[in-house]
Amino acid sequence: MSNGYIRIGLTLKTEHLSLSMSIILTRRISQIFFFLLFLWFSIVTTLGEAWWQLRGWPVNWLLELDPLVGLGTLLATGTLYAGLLWGLLTILLTIVLGRFFCGWVCPFGALHQAVGWLANRKRNTSQKIKANRYRRGQTIKYIILIFLLGAAVGELIARLLRVATSQSTVDAIIAIVLLLCGIGAVWVNRKSWQQWISGLLAVIIGWVLLGLFTDGSRLLAASLQTGLLDPIPLFFRSVNLTLLPLVDGRTITLSQGTRIYPGTVAIGLIFWTAVLLNLIIPRFYCRFICPLGALFGILGKNALYRVGQKAEGCTACGACERYCEGACEPSSTIRTSECVLCMNCIDDCRHAVMGYHAYPSAAGETAAPDITKREFAAALVSGLAAVPLARMAGNTGENWNPAVIRPPGSLPEAQFLKRCIKCGQCMRVCPTNVIHPAGLQSGLEGIWTPVLNFRMGSSGCQRGCIACGNLCPTAAIRPISLAERLGKDTFTDQGPIRIGMAFVDRSRCLPWAMDRPCIVCQENCPVSPKAIFTREEYRPVRLEGTLHLSGMQDNRLLFDGPTLPAQRFATGDYYVTIDDSHPRLPVRIIDIGPNGISLADNPFVETARTGARITVLVRLQLPFVDPASCIGCGVCEHECPVKGHRAIRVTAENESREPRHRLVL
Amino acid sequence: MSNPSAPSPINRREFIGRCTRAGIYVAAAGSIGIGFHQADAPRPQMDAATSMLQLPDYSVPAMPGKICIAHGADRATTVRQAFEALGGMKALVRPGERVLIKVNAAFASPPTLGATSHPELVAAVVRLCLEAGADRVIVTDNPINDPASCFALTGIRAAAQKSGADVIIPRDTLFEPMTVDGGRLIRNWPVMVGPLDGVDRVIGMAPVKDHHRSGASMTLKNWYGLLGGRRNIFHQDVHTLIQELALMIRPTAVVLDGTQTMMKNGPTGGSLSDLNPTGTMIVSTDPVAADAAGAALLGRTIADLPFIGKAEQTGAGTADYRSLQFKEIQTG
Repeated sequence: MSNGYIRIGLTLKTEHLSLSMSIILTRRISQIFFFLLFLWFSIVTTLGEAWWQLRGWPVNWLLELDPLVGLGTLLATGTLYAGLLWGLLTILLTIVLGRFFCGWVCPFGALHQAVGWLANRKRNTSQKIKANRYRRGQTIKYIILIFLLGAAVGELIARLLRVATSQSTVDAIIAIVLLLCGIGAVWVNRKSWQQWISGLLAVIIGWVLLGLFTDGSRLLAASLQTGLLDPIPLFFRSVNLTLLPLVDGRTITLSQGTRIYPGTVAIGLIFWTAVLLNLIIPRFYCRFICPLGALFGILGKNALYRVGQKAEGCTACGACERYCEGACEPSSTIRTSECVLCMNCIDDCRHAVMGYHAYPSAAGETAAPDITKREFAAALVSGLAAVPLARMAGNTGENWNPAVIRPPGSLPEAQFLKRCIKCGQCMRVCPTNVIHPAGLQSGLEGIWTPVLNFRMGSSGCQRGCIACGNLCPTAAIRPISLAERLGKDTFTDQGPIRIGMAFVDRSRCLPWAMDRPCIVCQENCPVSPKAIFTREEYRPVRLEGTLHLSGMQDNRLLFDGPTLPAQRFATGDYYVTIDDSHPRLPVRIIDIGPNGISLADNPFVETARTGARITVLVRLQLPFVDPASCIGCGVCEHECPVKGHRAIRVTAENESREPRHRLVL
Repeated sequence: MSNPSAPSPINRREFIGRCTRAGIYVAAAGSIGIGFHQADAPRPQMDAATSMLQLPDYSVPAMPGKICIAHGADRATTVRQAFEALGGMKALVRPGERVLIKVNAAFASPPTLGATSHPELVAAVVRLCLEAGADRVIVTDNPINDPASCFALTGIRAAAQKSGADVIIPRDTLFEPMTVDGGRLIRNWPVMVGPLDGVDRVIGMAPVKDHHRSGASMTLKNWYGLLGGRRNIFHQDVHTLIQELALMIRPTAVVLDGTQTMMKNGPTGGSLSDLNPTGTMIVSTDPVAADAAGAALLGRTIADLPFIGKAEQTGAGTADYRSLQFKEIQTG
C-alpha cells in the first residue's frame, strides 16, 4: 500500500494522476466495505430476532459471489444451486475486467494486504521490490485449483464417457458436430483430411473404450474439496469456529453459553499460518495458494482492460513493483493472470507510464497462467485419482461410520460430499452448538464437514429448529420446512426426519447396570409418544444378611437382621415383599424407624408368618428405545447423567437420509 | 586497537557495567527461583468450606395456608379471580417490592403443547404484581433445552416483556453454590440465586404435567429449574430431591395451571393428544397443598406421589388442602 493520502494533494496538478489516486482510494474503500460486510455477516449469523441477529441478512452473499463455490458444485452435481448464480456475475466481470475480486472484494485478500503492508512497511524500496517479484512457485495455485476441480469433475466425465456407449442418438449428433468441426479445421488450417480422419477415429475409439472401461467401475467419483482452500469458505470457517467463539464474552455477547468446536486447532493453524506468511512475502496466500485467485487468473486471460505500460517512457526504475500486490511484474512483461488490479503501480509510477486500458502493455504481456500442459495434466489426473482412492475406504458405502451424524436435511453421504464446502455456517448458526466440524471420522474428504456431537452444546438437536438447512449455501443440508422435519401435513406419510437413533448402553445405564432409578432420557425425549419408554422391574437390593419378619403393627413390619438406613431405603423408590405370603406384589416403604418398616399399606397382614424372609426391592424403570419413533435428536444423550461416555448414545443408524441405514421393517 | 584481527581488551568501565548488569540478572533469577520455591507437592484444589448461603423465607406471615381452586377456561380470568379469593395480590405483594416469578420454560416447544407455563398466564400474573404496586417483576427459569430458544419459542419472553417484566435468561455468573439446611443432596450445589438478588417475593408457576419418574410435575418439582450443574443425577432420588427443594425455598405463592393437564408423555408432551382440558387454576400460599390438589387432575392420589408426603414432613405445607382456608370458585 502506498501512502495515497499524502499524494492526494497532487491530484489537482495533473489530470492523469488524479484518476490513479482516486482509484487507489476507491479500491481501499471497496476493500474496507467488503471486509466489514464480511465481519458483519459473520456476527449476524446468530439465530435470533434482534437486528444484529440472523433475521433476513443475506449472510451467504459473499460465499455466493465466490464462483469457485458455484463452479465446484456445478461440476460435482451438474446443478447450480439458488444464490450461487451470483458467482456468474463475478465470472462475467472477471472475464471483462480481470481479477478485480482479489484486489477489490475478497475480504481474505484485504486482510492479507493489510497484514503484508504492516509487516513490510519498514523495508526499503529494493527489499520491497524483491518481495514482490514474480516467483515460479505462483504456479502452485493453478495446480491446486486444477487438482480440486479434478476431484469434483469425476462423475461428470463418467457421465460423458457413458454417453458414447449408451446413447446412439447423442453419438450421432456428436459425430456430425465433430465432422463439421473437422471440415472447418481442414478448410481453415489446411490440414490434410487423412490427419483429420485419423484424429477423429482416435477420439471416438478412445471415448468408447474409456466408457466401456469405466462403466460400473469406481474409477470416477466426485468429491467437492474446493472449500479446503477456497478463501471465502476458509475465512468464514476460521472466523466462525476459531475467532468469534474466542471474543464472545461480556462485551461482545453472541451466544448464551460457551461455544465449543472440537478439532479447530487445524483450522486455526491454517488460518494463522496464512496470515503470518505475509511477514515473509506479502499476499503469500493469494499468490501461491489461492485456488479462487487461480480461477480468476484463467478467466481473466481475455480481459478487455488490463494493467500495463501506456507507451514508451519507462525508465525501469522499478517503482511500480514496490507495492505490487499480485507480483505480476508490471515493470517488464506483465503477467496479467497474476495481476489483482490493486492499481498501486499506476499510483507509484512517477512517469505516468502505467495505466489500466484496453491496448496491450507497451512492455509486452503474458495473459495465460504460467502452467505447463504437463503440470495441468498431472494436477487434473491426481485430482481425478484422489477421490476413488479415498473412496476405497468405503466411507460412503458399506464401511460408513455410524458416529457421523449429519444435520437434519443433509443429503445422502455421497451427494453430501459433492456439495459441502466446509464453510461452517451451519456450525455457527446452530442455536444449541451441537454441529461441529468433523475430524477424520467421515474420511479424509469429510474433514470439517458438519457432524453432530450431543455431548456438547446446550441441548441436542432441537426438533423445532431448521436453521442449518435454511442457511447452507450449497444445500448439502437441504432447506427443509418444519412440517417436513416433524413429519406433519403433507409429510405425514413419510414421518419425521430421523438423523440417527439412540441406543441404551445397558452396561453404563444407572437403572440397567447399577440398580439406581433415573430415566432422565425418557423424561427429556421430546417426541410424542415418547421414543424412550420404560419397563418396570423390581430388583432385590444387596444387604449384608437377610431380613426376617418378627412382627407387625398396622402398616409397620418389625424385623430381625441388618439395619436399613432410612435415607437410602425410605426414598419412595424401595419396596418389600414377604416370602410365602399373598399378595406377592411389592409394597412401598414409606419410612424406616427403630420400630420397623412403615409401608404404604399392609396386604401381608393375613398371610405373612413370623420368621418369613423380607425382601427389599428397588423399583426400576428400565429405558428402551422404540426405533419407529426415535428421531436421533440426541437430547437424551445430552441429558444423560452418566457424563463421561454416555449411557444412551445416538448413532446414524436408521437415519432417513440413507435408506440403506434403515434398521427395522 | 589498530590491528583489526586482534580482539580489543575490555576496558574497566565496560567490565564494571557488564558485572553490574550480570549481577542484577543473577539476583533477579535467584530471587524468583527461591522466592517461588515450594518443597511440598501441590494439593488438589477443592471447594472451600460448605456454602452457608440460604434463601430467605419469601412467604407472607399473614397469609399462611390459603388455597383457591378456580374453574374456568380462560387463564387470565381464573388466575385473577383466584388471587382475589385469597385476599388479592395486594395481600401478597406490597408496593415497591420486587417479585420474581419462577416459570416453567423447560422445553423449546410452543405454548399450545402445554409443556411450559402459558404466556397468557405469565402476562396475567405479571400484571397482577404490577397492579399491586410491585417495583419490578422478574421472570426466570433454568430450562432443560437451549435457554434462549426456550424463552423465545414458549412465548414467555415476549409475553413477560410486553406486560412489563424483565426476563432473566440463565448464564454461569448467576449461579452460586448453596447448601440446604438439613439437606443431603443439595450441598454446595450451584443454584441460580442471581435473579433472586434483591427480590422480596417469589411466585412459583407451573403447569400440571405427567412425569414418569416422580409421578407428577407440579409446583414443588418446578423448583428443580433453579438448580444448575449436573442436576440430572438427582433423578436417582427424585422424591428426596423435591423434598429438599421444598426446604430450599418458601415461596410467597404458587400458581398451578391445570387449564390443560398433560395426562401422558410428560413432562415434554409434544402432541395435543397428550393434553386434557381440565379447566382448573390452583393458587395457593402452600405449595404442598397446591400439588396435593393438582394430583387429582392427573387422576393420581397423594399416595402415588411420595414427594408430597416427604415435603409435608419438612413442614413445607399441608397435603390435606381442604383443612386449610379453602375456596373453590367458578369463573365465566
